[in-house]
Amino acid sequence: MRFLRLGRAWPAFITLLLVLAGLAVAAPEFFALQNLRDLALTNVPVLLVALGMTLVIVLGQIDISAGSIFAICAVAAGAAAQSGLPITLAALLGIFVGLLLGAVNGVLISYVRAPSIVVTLATMTAWREALRWITGGAWIENLPPGFQWFGLSQTGGQAVIVLLSLAVFAAIWWASRNLAGFRMIFAAGSDAAAANLAGIDTRLVLLSVFCLMGALTGFASILNAVRFSDVPANAGVGLELKAIAAVVVGGTPITGGRATLLGTLLGVCLLGALGPALTYLGLSAYWEKAIQGVIILATVLFEALRQSRRSTATQAAV
Amino acid sequence: MRALKGVSFDLVRGEVHALAGENGAGKSTLIKVLTAAIQPDEGELWLDGQRIHPRDPFQARAAGIAAIYQQPALFPHLTVAENIALAGDSGSPWHRISWAQRTAHASALLQRIGANFSPSALVSDLTPAEQQLVELAKALDANARVLIMDEPTAALGEQDTQNLYRIVDDLKSKGVAIVYITHRFEELMRLASRVTVLRDGNSIDTRRMDSVTQHDLIRLMVGREIDTVFPVRDTVPGEVMLELRHLRCARAGVKDVSLTLRRGEVLGLSGLIGSGRTQMAETIFGLTPAESGEMLLNGKIVSTPNPQAARSLGIAYVPEDRRRHGVVMALPIDQNISLAALHRVSSAAGMIDLKRERAAAQGFQTSLSIKAPSVETVVQNLSGGNQQKVALARWLFTEPRILILDEPTQGIDVGAKAEIYRLIADLAGQGMAILMISSELPEVLGLSDRIAVMAGGRIAGILDRSEATAHGVMELACRTTGAAA
Repeated sequence: MRFLRLGRAWPAFITLLLVLAGLAVAAPEFFALQNLRDLALTNVPVLLVALGMTLVIVLGQIDISAGSIFAICAVAAGAAAQSGLPITLAALLGIFVGLLLGAVNGVLISYVRAPSIVVTLATMTAWREALRWITGGAWIENLPPGFQWFGLSQTGGQAVIVLLSLAVFAAIWWASRNLAGFRMIFAAGSDAAAANLAGIDTRLVLLSVFCLMGALTGFASILNAVRFSDVPANAGVGLELKAIAAVVVGGTPITGGRATLLGTLLGVCLLGALGPALTYLGLSAYWEKAIQGVIILATVLFEALRQSRRSTATQAAV
Repeated sequence: MRALKGVSFDLVRGEVHALAGENGAGKSTLIKVLTAAIQPDEGELWLDGQRIHPRDPFQARAAGIAAIYQQPALFPHLTVAENIALAGDSGSPWHRISWAQRTAHASALLQRIGANFSPSALVSDLTPAEQQLVELAKALDANARVLIMDEPTAALGEQDTQNLYRIVDDLKSKGVAIVYITHRFEELMRLASRVTVLRDGNSIDTRRMDSVTQHDLIRLMVGREIDTVFPVRDTVPGEVMLELRHLRCARAGVKDVSLTLRRGEVLGLSGLIGSGRTQMAETIFGLTPAESGEMLLNGKIVSTPNPQAARSLGIAYVPEDRRRHGVVMALPIDQNISLAALHRVSSAAGMIDLKRERAAAQGFQTSLSIKAPSVETVVQNLSGGNQQKVALARWLFTEPRILILDEPTQGIDVGAKAEIYRLIADLAGQGMAILMISSELPEVLGLSDRIAVMAGGRIAGILDRSEATAHGVMELACRTTGAAA
């Protein structure tokens, strides 16, 4: 897997270039530092969740509970900080809660063998409602001063958030090439039966990926929460769909087996830039969802064409 | 690959014409051509003096050709009447189906074949024998003039088999021509008036059943000349490495297997498809763990609850269906080779040494002469023979003591076959114990020190190299199939 080669991510790369080129001509003020920084910060959570989602999708699975887990992790970390825990420990607790909730999904999917779409649909609803019940819808306010921006200056905090998320991207990209465990993910995703025959414990791989997905969601949640002075009890609604869209637009086929992490990064950038771009181009923001839909459809069509061409090619070869 | 090269046979009204042949002789392909599931490259099909060329199974049915298979092809969640109705055309506008009428019709059909279950029963609630009867009802409903039956008794018990024979006799007397495929000689003798023997995709001979003996048939079935040169093997097998004592995994179809495998030995494992050869290998390898019986490795009792356990005991298994599971098609050669032994190329922390991985793969590329531009070539793009070498390399890289090969030369060309044979001989010479499952008799006879023949989930017999003949192996494989079912 040579992830820095564009490979499947080509369409996303070209589309992003076109959007950016269009903006450079029609609305160069889009590239103002302030705007780019805001854009990056809003999309950090999407990126982290989408990275986990990429690995989940490689295994032919899906996780639509990410948004609910996201909300729970932020509340957990916020409550911990409020009770006097230092921000690092509170953040670690948030990540750990994410890992645990991911493990619940993982156990149900890999060992109970329930389909992931149903399991995560159930946990999505259950966690969201449980949180509403526990908090009564109330936000966590009066957070200690060390919480927002990790106790740093606003600029410092923003830099830390962006750097941490890029570090996570780099780490996962590196791991996907160099770690035996990640190699097993790709093998199991390409052909679970073959991986099993090679002596790989495919269920453990599945469980681990859902744990990682949960932890990444927790981390995303922390990096999002520290931008504000309060923690809302209803964060992350629709986050899972944004992440799935970014993965698919990036070039990872939803059917699993293959992936492009770089594509996921590009997909997040493309979908994230779209809304603000419309505003800068003077178009109604209502068009954003419609255009996103068109881009997703185009990606799917492109993939379908590629598949059918490949299968006719192999038929001819046989 | 051409599975059928030249087959001619004729079929008379009201006769049962049997097709016989080894695994891979082309019987299944012939059925697919007759039912138009696949289109022949050349050749003609004549029915009642008219040339027909059905484009798909539906047209074949309309022309009066129907087939029933070993495994019933029914919709399990629909009722019997629904299954029968959906196979045909209702003939009414909008393809509307009158269920009351169809149920009554299905009821009549079931009565005719002596089935005593209700047409509104769900197919999933029926026994395999009853499902087979539903298939038969579907074929009757199509007013089949030619009925193809592919080992219809494979899943049936004694009583159901007798009932099926009775139905066959009845159809025969009504003028239906029946093509009957079976491995059981007693069944041939009981039902068929003529038999056509297929071998290597050719029809060898058609004989009248009253003028042919079992001995003649076996000779016709295996009579191929050995066209590959096998490497000379002069190593003498050493001490017993693997011993199986009454190994059983009934849910996979392994009933009772006892055998020994020695260091440096090639033990050929022969038997018909469905005799439990692959299932036995999967039991040893922990894919379907044994339910009872013992497995001894170097004299010590071991167990293999999962493939990981088997692997760490030094057992390697190169599976039959290479195209699907022997290699991971989407991964490059080097990653495929290291997959079963990632610990050998990575640090304790699980970090892969990419250089070491590539070097190891390149070593195998040279030693097994895997033809590919580089070890980064994706396995999907290799030929069958080279994919098989990658699958072998993966397991050789785990440095196994026991190597189980399942159909190691299936679907690969003659040159690659010879290379695989030489490799097997070399590995045995180095002291590896090899269990080779193969449907190709010449290969089993040419390479093995001993040959174990399986039938019905049991070892039907073990022949020494010196006493083994194609005839002897086939006799063991066929004789017991009938008795064990």
